[in-house]
Amino acid sequence: MSTQTIASGDTTILPEGAKFIPVYVMGKKYMLPETLTIQKAIEYAGFQYVRSCGCRGGICGACPTVWRVIGDYQLHFGLACQTVIEENMVLAQMPFFPANRADYKLEELEATAETLSLLYPEILKCVGCNTCTRACPMEIDVMGYINSAMRGDITRAARQSFDCIQCGMCSARCPAQIAHYHVAQLCRRLYGKYVAPGAEHLVSRVSEVEAGKYEGALEALTGMDEPKLKELYVAREAEPLDSEGWEPQDKANL
Amino acid sequence: MGYTPEMMELIKRVEATRAARVERVKNGEYFTAMTLDERADVLNKFHPDYKDDGRVAVRVGPNKGDVYPEEFVACLESYPRIDPDKVDFSVLETFTTDVLVIGGGGGGTSAAIIAANEGNKVILATKLRHGDANTVMAEGGIQGADQEVDSPYYHYLDVIGGGHFTNSPELVAALTNDAPLVIKWLEDMGMMFDKNPDGRMRVRHGGGTCRKRMHSAGDMTGSEIMRVLRDEARSHTDSIELIEFAAAVEILKDSQGRVSGALMYNLETEEYFTIRAKAVVIATGGFGRLHVQGFATTNHYGATADGLVLGYRAGVPLAFMHSTQYHPTGAAYPEQNVGLLITEKVRGLGANLLNISGEQFVFEREPRDVESAAIIRECAERENGIQTPVGRLGVWLDSPMIEELEGPGTVERELPAKFVQFMRYGIDIREVPMLVYPTLHYQNGGLKINAKTETGVPGLFAAGEVTGGVHGENRLMGNSLLDVTVFGRRAGQSAAQYVSDFSGEIGEPGLAHAKEFMEEVKGLNVPEDRVAPLLLPDYTTEEVRSHQLTAHYEGTIR
Ligand SMILES: Cc1cc2nc3c(=O)[nH]c(=O)nc-3n(C[C@H](O)[C@H](O)[C@H](O)COP(=O)(O)OP(=O)(O)OC[C@H]3O[C@@H](n4cnc5c(N)ncnc54)[C@H](O)[C@@H]3O)c2cc1C
Ligand code: SF4
Ligand code: SF4
Ligand code: FES
Repeated sequence: MSTQTIASGDTTILPEGAKFIPVYVMGKKYMLPETLTIQKAIEYAGFQYVRSCGCRGGICGACPTVWRVIGDYQLHFGLACQTVIEENMVLAQMPFFPANRADYKLEELEATAETLSLLYPEILKCVGCNTCTRACPMEIDVMGYINSAMRGDITRAARQSFDCIQCGMCSARCPAQIAHYHVAQLCRRLYGKYVAPGAEHLVSRVSEVEAGKYEGALEALTGMDEPKLKELYVAREAEPLDSEGWEPQDKANL
Repeated sequence: MGYTPEMMELIKRVEATRAARVERVKNGEYFTAMTLDERADVLNKFHPDYKDDGRVAVRVGPNKGDVYPEEFVACLESYPRIDPDKVDFSVLETFTTDVLVIGGGGGGTSAAIIAANEGNKVILATKLRHGDANTVMAEGGIQGADQEVDSPYYHYLDVIGGGHFTNSPELVAALTNDAPLVIKWLEDMGMMFDKNPDGRMRVRHGGGTCRKRMHSAGDMTGSEIMRVLRDEARSHTDSIELIEFAAAVEILKDSQGRVSGALMYNLETEEYFTIRAKAVVIATGGFGRLHVQGFATTNHYGATADGLVLGYRAGVPLAFMHSTQYHPTGAAYPEQNVGLLITEKVRGLGANLLNISGEQFVFEREPRDVESAAIIRECAERENGIQTPVGRLGVWLDSPMIEELEGPGTVERELPAKFVQFMRYGIDIREVPMLVYPTLHYQNGGLKINAKTETGVPGLFAAGEVTGGVHGENRLMGNSLLDVTVFGRRAGQSAAQYVSDFSGEIGEPGLAHAKEFMEEVKGLNVPEDRVAPLLLPDYTTEEVRSHQLTAHYEGTIR
């Protein structure tokens, strides 16, 4: 076997001569190995997460973090699992920020500007400061989608907000007290349900399934022995990558 | 930050061989693929599923004698978090509901919505925040046969062929039959699928599909599904009660052997409490955070096999837990990306895998398991891996080749998410290769269920990654988002049916089964402080632990 150590799991093995830098976790100094993410560095310091940790991969929004670097007035925002520590970083994590979702049932709504302004009247109070956009770790044009929502442009708001991981950082910063990500969620669902054209082929397939069209074929397959299944498996016709207008020869089981 | 100077030095060796390698690919010459014998050899020696070391037979419970990864067996051969005799239900805070759903990922949330729609009171209890789950991490897509040239029949063949014909047939039939229904259900709830202007679903191929049926929502398909399901669950203000940071630690059964709820643990106040329910759905997802044999993982923080332990102690057998999916190319550098998935597409576009000398050592399109084993061999036995500053090993995945083979701009166009993810750390994958190592990706097996998601214990249902059988020994991409929604819905329906057939009062909360299990564990001589379910992984360093003179750990939790 190898003489090299293989770092395992998510536990860090430091290289020889690893450099330690000062990082202030909620104002308190810890010397932590550079190259680690904020999340792993905090674990390295001896914390065990219950909150502020979810996917560890930049997509769940559990780990928004705010920091300044000593000697610099600027406030920075990022995800703890995606940001590498820097010397003299003074950081705090924001495991939760209150933001209320309006009470609605999607199927009772209409995709109109009135729906938005009725459920989230505060969007009309946006002062255009763009602080939300600067706080967003996903580089979303947050003010842009709020402005679209203000104008009732649901399609645009839905598309502009598509990458939102609902971390709440924007809402923590907004002087107009808007719950941005709930507004965005409403816009996306309105768009998906009422604005985007429905898939007609899906409607027909669903009625076929509901009428039991495939039950017989599936039942036959579940009762089939392995050699026969293998034969069918090998014989299946493959749809080509470029399949414009392609149709299979065998249509008996469509 | 980018690569270290030492790594940049090594990359020169990759660059030195690149022109010749590109030339070879252009001439249609590839590294020789392994023969079946060679494949068997490398799998047997290096694939974690085949190697004897690291795997042991479990000595308790319904699957006694079956061989599984030792980290998982340790979870099964563990003491309860709390001695059943010490639980006094009369002093614990108690919630009562019709249906208890354990786990707020895609599977659990689907079950909760459907059970609520059927007129039930539902409690959705989840360990972290609602949606902190593997479901949000899925990028690729969700399968469903809804095109005219496709049908559930072909989907069935693909699933069972992909699983080496080992899958449970009735589960595959349910999966493929319900797929179009689930896609429609998601569309009706406002999910933003990728569509053509006329509304037709834009579908692609996935590994092992004979028809294009991979639906997506950008490269955030799982995230979009989770956002929509969570928002829908939140709109059931009168019927779904959500309890976050609440981990189930034991299933409760009454004297007739029916399920009667779960014993819960508040991760923040450290209080135990009881949820009494007529029906319970386990939807706790996978086990990546057990880091089997030290592997990094693509899974979320809470993927610690809890539901398997809960169900197993309650008497539910396991299926296919001998089989685990390792993805050959997980990121090994930079540290903040470690374990994260690097899609197969990179190799599909032509990138070679290379060792420390910049030489090829394996054909880049071997099956996933063979490819993983070959990378491990190169690093472990042949010592040709590249070491990262924090001591990880990996091999190069030569992404710059893609630009030379397919033309400039291809990387950014075809791999936008990966491009950004590395660019963030100063690594331009158009110019320099990525460092990769296999990563623990998916739990193929789990609790055994039938097509109604019944577990055999009356009133206990299970759905999603926590179950085993639908994928057999190998899951195809896009079928687990489908699995969790199809069987999540079915679990909601079955639980609702069970509740409506239920007469009399909810049974008394009982832990006799856990007690019995504990007695069995006592006979094994395992360390007395070994407890499960784990709930969270522990990444405290040895050094910190050695200073925590008065700290007390219950298993992995302080
Ligand atoms: C990086 C990545 C990429 C993927 N890509 C794809 C893809 O492209 N297509 C595809 O089909 N599949 C993909 N998968 C697989 C798929 O996402 C998962 O298998 C699936 O979403 C699992 O859903 P689930 O609801 O069963 O579990 P999860 O979504 O993991 O949810 C389980 C929930 O249970 C909670 N929980 C755990 N233990 C307890 C407890 N003791 N008490 C209470 N709650 C508990 C967890 O916190 C979590 O919220 C991918 C997976 C990963 C990790
Ligand atoms: S829009 Fe707001 S909630 Fe969404 S990712 Fe950006 S900061 Fe987070
Ligand atoms: S922070 Fe609030 S007020 Fe400022 S631009 Fe954003 S939404 Fe408008
Ligand atoms: S832990 Fe999920 S985004 Fe950081």
